[in-house]
Amino acid sequence: MQKPQNEMKLIFKSLSINEGFARVAVSAFAAQKDMTIEELNDIKTAVSEAVTNSIVHGYKNSIGDIYITCGIYNNNTIRIKIRDKGCGIEDIEKAMEPMYSSLGGDRAGLGFSVMECFTDRLKVSSKPGKGTTVILEKKVSIKC
Amino acid sequence: MPLTMKKQGDRLSVLLRGDIDHHSALPLRNAIDEAISRTRPKTLRLDFSEVTFMDSSGIGLVLGRYRNISTYGGALELSGLSLRYLKIMRLSGIEKIAKIRGGDESAKATK
Ligand SMILES: Nc1ncnc2c1ncn2[C@@H]1O[C@H](COP(=O)(O)OP(=O)(O)OP(=O)(O)O)[C@@H](O)[C@H]1O
Ligand SMILES: [Mg+2]
Repeated sequence: MQKPQNEMKLIFKSLSINEGFARVAVSAFAAQKDMTIEELNDIKTAVSEAVTNSIVHGYKNSIGDIYITCGIYNNNTIRIKIRDKGCGIEDIEKAMEPMYSSLGGDRAGLGFSVMECFTDRLKVSSKPGKGTTVILEKKVSIKC
Repeated sequence: MPLTMKKQGDRLSVLLRGDIDHHSALPLRNAIDEAISRTRPKTLRLDFSEVTFMDSSGIGLVLGRYRNISTYGGALELSGLSLRYLKIMRLSGIEKIAKIRGGDESAKATK
């Protein structure tokens, strides 16, 4: 991937109140690229899923930092990297299966499915004990 | 609390408001579950027409309330879902267990 036209980075604590902050901050930055409201909402939704996973699963009952990098590229692509230094994922393939959740309660196990559904590319890398990185890419159209 | 509840006959209607994410879902869940155990409705209707954002936590909220009311034979209805929320809900196959009432799907399609 070439260098981004523009890029921003965010670091914030894994508090659930920051879920709303993170998705709004990323979408406010991404919005400088012309795109439809639908596309912007797709980005918001996918970011919310990844950030929530870092909070709920990555850091579980502890608090750590979440790192977001959002790049805007010439080929009308928005690329968002969401990283935590939490517990990591043992089996990524299994984790990404629809309806799989390691937590009970009200988790549907559909976060990764939602990310896939609303972006053009989803890449997950993780090391148990080290943390998880999710990369989301969204191609956006030029608004007429 | 960003919700309004109404009991009409055998039906408990819940109008949800604002963003539904992991952060907001817990108080919503507690309020709805408390009302379910207090009023024992035959039908629980969740109205999404005032919802401004929803991710998979919304699916969890719905599936959890379905599990709750179905333990004593109650039914679930969803209304006011925009096309976007419907797309998210459908990932779970919710349409097989809940009645999805038409209403205003196109008006809020951009949310
Ligand atoms: N950042 C992360 N750190 C550690 N584990 C993760 C992380 N993200 C996802 N996982 C694992 O992947 C599983 C699937 O994630 P997914 O978002 O699809 O479902 P969920 O979070 O369990 O439920 P939902 O997102 O529907 O509320 C999680 O249950 C968890 O075990
Ligand atoms: Mg999740």
